[in-house]
Amino acid sequence: MKKLGLIVNPIAGMGGRVGLKGTDGRDVLRRAIMLGARPVAPDRATAALKNLAQVKNLVLIVTCSHEMGEDEARMCGFDPQVIHHVRSGETTAADTKEAAYKMKRDGVDLILFVGGDGTARDIYEVVGGDVPILGAPAGVKVYSATFANTPELAGIVAARFLTEGLPVREAEVMDIDEEAFRKNRLMSELKGYAKVPYEPVMMQAAKESSTGFDLADQKAIARWMVDLMERGRMYILGPGTTTRAVAEELGIYNSSLLGVDLIMGHKLVARDVNECQILKKIENIPATIIVSPIGKQGFIFGRGNQQISARVIRKVGKKNIMVVATPHKLSTISTLRVDTGDPELDDELQGYIPVVVGYLQTKMVKVTK
Amino acid sequence: MNMSYHQARWARGDRLEPLVFELSSKDRKGIRLPQKLPARPEIPDELIRDSLELPELSEPEVVRHYTRLSQMNYGVDLVFYPIGSCTMKYNPKICDELAALEEAAFIHPDQDEDTVQGALELMYRLEHFLSEIGGVSRVCLHPSAGAHGELLGMLLTRAYHSSRGEDRSDVIIPDSAHGTNFASGAMAGFHVVIIPSNNRGRVDLEALKAAVSDRTAALMLTNPNTLGLFEDEILEIAEVVHEAGGLLYYDGANMNGVLGKVRPGDMGFDIVHFNLHKTFSTPHGGGGPGAGPVGVVQKLEKFLPVPTVEYDRKRRRYYLDYDRPESVGKIRSFYGNFGVLVKAYVYIMMMGPAGLREVGETAVLNANYVMRKMADVRGFEVKFNGPCKHEVVFSAEPLKRETGVTARDVAKRLLDYGMHAPTYYFPPIVPEALMVEPTETETKEELDRFVLAMRAIAEEARSDPEKLRRAPTRTAIERLDEVKASREPILSWRMYKNRAKL
Amino acid sequence: MVHQYIPNVSKIRKQMMDEVGIKDIEELFADVPQEIKLDRELRLPPPMSEPEVRRHLSSILSKNKPFTRMPTFLGGGVWPHHVPSHVRSVIHRSEFLTSYTPYQAEVSQGVLQALFEFQSMICELVGLDVANASMYDWATALGEAALMCARVTGRRKFIVPEIISRDRLSVLQNYTSGAHLRIVKIEPEKDTGQLNLKKLRREVDEDTAGVYIENPSYLGFLETRVDEIAEIAHKVGARFVVGVNPISLGIIKAPGDYGADIVVGEGQPLGNPVNFGGPALGIFACRDDEKLIRQLPGRLVGMTTTRNGETWGYTMVLQTREQHIRRERATSNICSNEALCAVAAAIYLASLGPTGFRDLAETCAANAKYAMDGLNRIDGLEAPVFDSPHFNEFTLRCERPGLSIEKFNRELLKHGIHGGKTLKKEFPELGETSLLCVTEIHTKEDIDLLLEAASRIVK
Repeated sequence: MKKLGLIVNPIAGMGGRVGLKGTDGRDVLRRAIMLGARPVAPDRATAALKNLAQVKNLVLIVTCSHEMGEDEARMCGFDPQVIHHVRSGETTAADTKEAAYKMKRDGVDLILFVGGDGTARDIYEVVGGDVPILGAPAGVKVYSATFANTPELAGIVAARFLTEGLPVREAEVMDIDEEAFRKNRLMSELKGYAKVPYEPVMMQAAKESSTGFDLADQKAIARWMVDLMERGRMYILGPGTTTRAVAEELGIYNSSLLGVDLIMGHKLVARDVNECQILKKIENIPATIIVSPIGKQGFIFGRGNQQISARVIRKVGKKNIMVVATPHKLSTISTLRVDTGDPELDDELQGYIPVVVGYLQTKMVKVTK
Repeated sequence: MNMSYHQARWARGDRLEPLVFELSSKDRKGIRLPQKLPARPEIPDELIRDSLELPELSEPEVVRHYTRLSQMNYGVDLVFYPIGSCTMKYNPKICDELAALEEAAFIHPDQDEDTVQGALELMYRLEHFLSEIGGVSRVCLHPSAGAHGELLGMLLTRAYHSSRGEDRSDVIIPDSAHGTNFASGAMAGFHVVIIPSNNRGRVDLEALKAAVSDRTAALMLTNPNTLGLFEDEILEIAEVVHEAGGLLYYDGANMNGVLGKVRPGDMGFDIVHFNLHKTFSTPHGGGGPGAGPVGVVQKLEKFLPVPTVEYDRKRRRYYLDYDRPESVGKIRSFYGNFGVLVKAYVYIMMMGPAGLREVGETAVLNANYVMRKMADVRGFEVKFNGPCKHEVVFSAEPLKRETGVTARDVAKRLLDYGMHAPTYYFPPIVPEALMVEPTETETKEELDRFVLAMRAIAEEARSDPEKLRRAPTRTAIERLDEVKASREPILSWRMYKNRAKL
Repeated sequence: MVHQYIPNVSKIRKQMMDEVGIKDIEELFADVPQEIKLDRELRLPPPMSEPEVRRHLSSILSKNKPFTRMPTFLGGGVWPHHVPSHVRSVIHRSEFLTSYTPYQAEVSQGVLQALFEFQSMICELVGLDVANASMYDWATALGEAALMCARVTGRRKFIVPEIISRDRLSVLQNYTSGAHLRIVKIEPEKDTGQLNLKKLRREVDEDTAGVYIENPSYLGFLETRVDEIAEIAHKVGARFVVGVNPISLGIIKAPGDYGADIVVGEGQPLGNPVNFGGPALGIFACRDDEKLIRQLPGRLVGMTTTRNGETWGYTMVLQTREQHIRRERATSNICSNEALCAVAAAIYLASLGPTGFRDLAETCAANAKYAMDGLNRIDGLEAPVFDSPHFNEFTLRCERPGLSIEKFNRELLKHGIHGGKTLKKEFPELGETSLLCVTEIHTKEDIDLLLEAASRIVK
């Protein structure tokens, strides 16, 4: 019997319909309700759960009471176990975190949540990489890679993950600055990497498959990067799982996932450095920057890796920037973006650049602002 | 639409036709051999095999078994087969008949040249026909298939740059290309650089310019591309690559869209590949044999594989030339799929120049007709404006948004309407892609039937989407558990028996 | 002109053009740059009707002398065997002939099951658990095997015998050059022709991805110490690859039973005509080892049930292999194969059965021995050249001074007999030698004719 944790954030997405960007904060929520906002999440939840109906007898749903999961589960014919009680109509982010904690302790196999980036972040803060999570989108801010494309798909993937078993990959959890977001500026930070079930598109009848397994793609990229590395050159590795794969290919298993590391001669020279430390180390040594696009916006500079500043980039030289990304990652972004803080440098970085996507494979991708 | 159609279905118990091993009965035999001669070969005991498990059936049983199997199989002789980029056109029977003649089928490639002048002459003439059709100076008939031809193209590219002392590592390929293009580049040791398509569905010139350098060995392209669109900037593309010192390779999969109208050689391609089992109508045979001859411009001739077929004017005879010191060597045994070459030769002789041009024109008209009629079917859209060539790519995204059914569901349901499904999910740059290539051998009525079927399926998607998800239901067998097939593979009778034991 | 394969003619065409909204077909080609548009017809012969093309082709082909009308002793990579009529008639059924690659399993059970049966029967012949649904030919299968060994072991050296068909060697080099593999040849023992094991032991090391032998070899003799060769390869973790003529497996031990990890070969003799060298049928099989199967190139057909679990059916499987394979150096690109030839092979093997297949192999070997002994008895001829057991091919050396092997063969032709393949170019060190092949289609009269003519020529 598999256990599925279910957390529904009833207020997620309420801002969108009435032109507000998000519903964090009581004031914003009250404004939204005043503007006639209706809850969106419950419908998304039932849409997801409907696709789990056929595995009802194999899965036990562990959830919160009332509109945070129990109601939706019962409506879909499940007999859920309530693990956390809430006060109907007065749920908060604290409830989300509490529920996630209890589910982790209870040993659920997967937490299916219905909400937005905020919900994803809240749950991730509690479970980290210990419990796989999967989001059914019901928010305006849905930039995190922990979400399935639609609530229905989330249900399907959850069902397959619990019954057949699916591979699991690491997906970014983004932390969006709410204030800035409401003022129309997107400033997101990389919070971390959650474990998310991964369903590769099965295309038996198409002539060729185009998406593969992320992990194998990362390893292929890493293998080529390592082949190309020169002794006597400093490699500045940005955050991310693909750059981490490069480090691991060199036998370095303690690189920082969220920070910038320096590698030379196949050794980890410095871990989780800041701008000053980088500049000092590359004073008299040729260097190459290896970065990966962060978030659905595709920023290669300026989000999550501000340590690789404009000064660092200018010192290293535009020619010595290598961007790495798996085909799957590239399929989620339309262009690459830069925000180095130096508008002139941003301009210089525009145009098409090669992105390493596999072994002996690069793809030309456009960089815009 | 009248849905009384059902594919032939033989069934017994929990399977369709039993496995041939299950029909076996001791001591039955299906072939009688001639008497062996009185001599005892001296083969050491340790090398003699002890047992061999093969099925034992009489000839009538073998024939019945495989005939029944054939009935549970679609072919172009049975149904409309609009698979994009595959050119499933009618295969003239005269081609098969002549290729089976004794003088064609029962000659050995190592026979003295004087005893196979007919074969050499046929190959020589075919090479010349293809050179003219492709606009190149010389053709090699060796490659057995498309991917094989690509590999040869890559080897020729490497040989060319090597001969000029240049170390060029990059091969540029558009993101809409067939998967084998990327694999062939990598197989030949090149670094593959993928360029995106622009919002017109064609090669993004800006991206191409950013991608070329003094490391560019070649650009691999098909024209029309996999979206069925003509690369109208081909002359600029050729210039960009040639200026950088690279070669242009033509993937012949889509030649049906330009046959007799414009030649790849004239577009600027240096290496031109042909698919005889597509454009030149040799039968697909369930996945082969095919043939993928490769033509080249003059400066690359010396690198072609050995042997080449030559004609000695003085002695009035054809011969095989092995004396080519700069040749890349061989990419397969002997000289190519001769049995397939004969069929293509006959096809070209039957069509003639005007006929081949009509092939190109009608293939394109048929595809545009389908595109026009499908515009009235709600649920499918064509992402790019303007006329297509021989194939058109629809996106079933609108239908998916409306009803949740996917391109695959639509394709599977089409099988229930007595047609083969088009290619789906390819090219990957179009969401929920359905790639349709009608070819010139289809009637207007059949094309109308196709559009009618697609309309009916779209309606079904709205009223009863489960019908599509369950499809096909009128075929020999229903949808198979492909996940289980890969997770618990049973790849032979041996493996099946071992499973049954557990 | 109305063409019989293009149905949308004149009035219908006009109707369609109206619907599309064009007046002239050229409007659909408006995006082709004017300067490259063909402004003339292709310079090809005018079209022929069926009777005309039949006459035309017959006149060209009549310049060929098929080996069914003249005793011919050629083999060396494609071998002349009888193709049973029912095999030919069944594969010419248009459902098989005009179908596409079976991507839509539900409507392609015929081809899929036939290919599954082919895979199964090949497994039985070679003694391994998994065989793919065919490759282009033996040479390309060998190339792919070398790449597979490199992918599986991560090593770069591939060892082959010096006595290997020059064609296969060239293909192997072309297949492996992109991956920077090193092909190393091992000398034979002078008398037996078999692999020099001392030299092999010296060459095999931690960088060896695979060791390859052909059994029977290209020059017809059998490798008798296969167990040892297998051991030498496995000791360093290299893979043991064996290349075969499958007909020999009617009496010769299955390579899977003497340690082969991968078997490649030429399946043409299984129910396919010689066809001047193509189409051929590459055999590729390997052990049921997860590491190997994941890197197995080509198409694979698997057995599975319908989603409701009620009915068994067949489908192409493990397409994710293609992803694994493409992520490496030493990748494969095979897409289409020789499916129809594989179906013919399945029908052929099912018709022969185990005793029939053994009889066939014994007949080929016996007939060859009869020819070999007869030729050897002739003063001035030596057959075979190597002191080893042979299957159905053997070397013949002309020892009469002043008589070159080319002249010998020319004289045979004058007698209406086609001799073996001259080996002077491939193996000059063997002198005036040719390679002969004898199968079940050679009668006593054919061989006696050869013996008579040979003895006359040598005198």
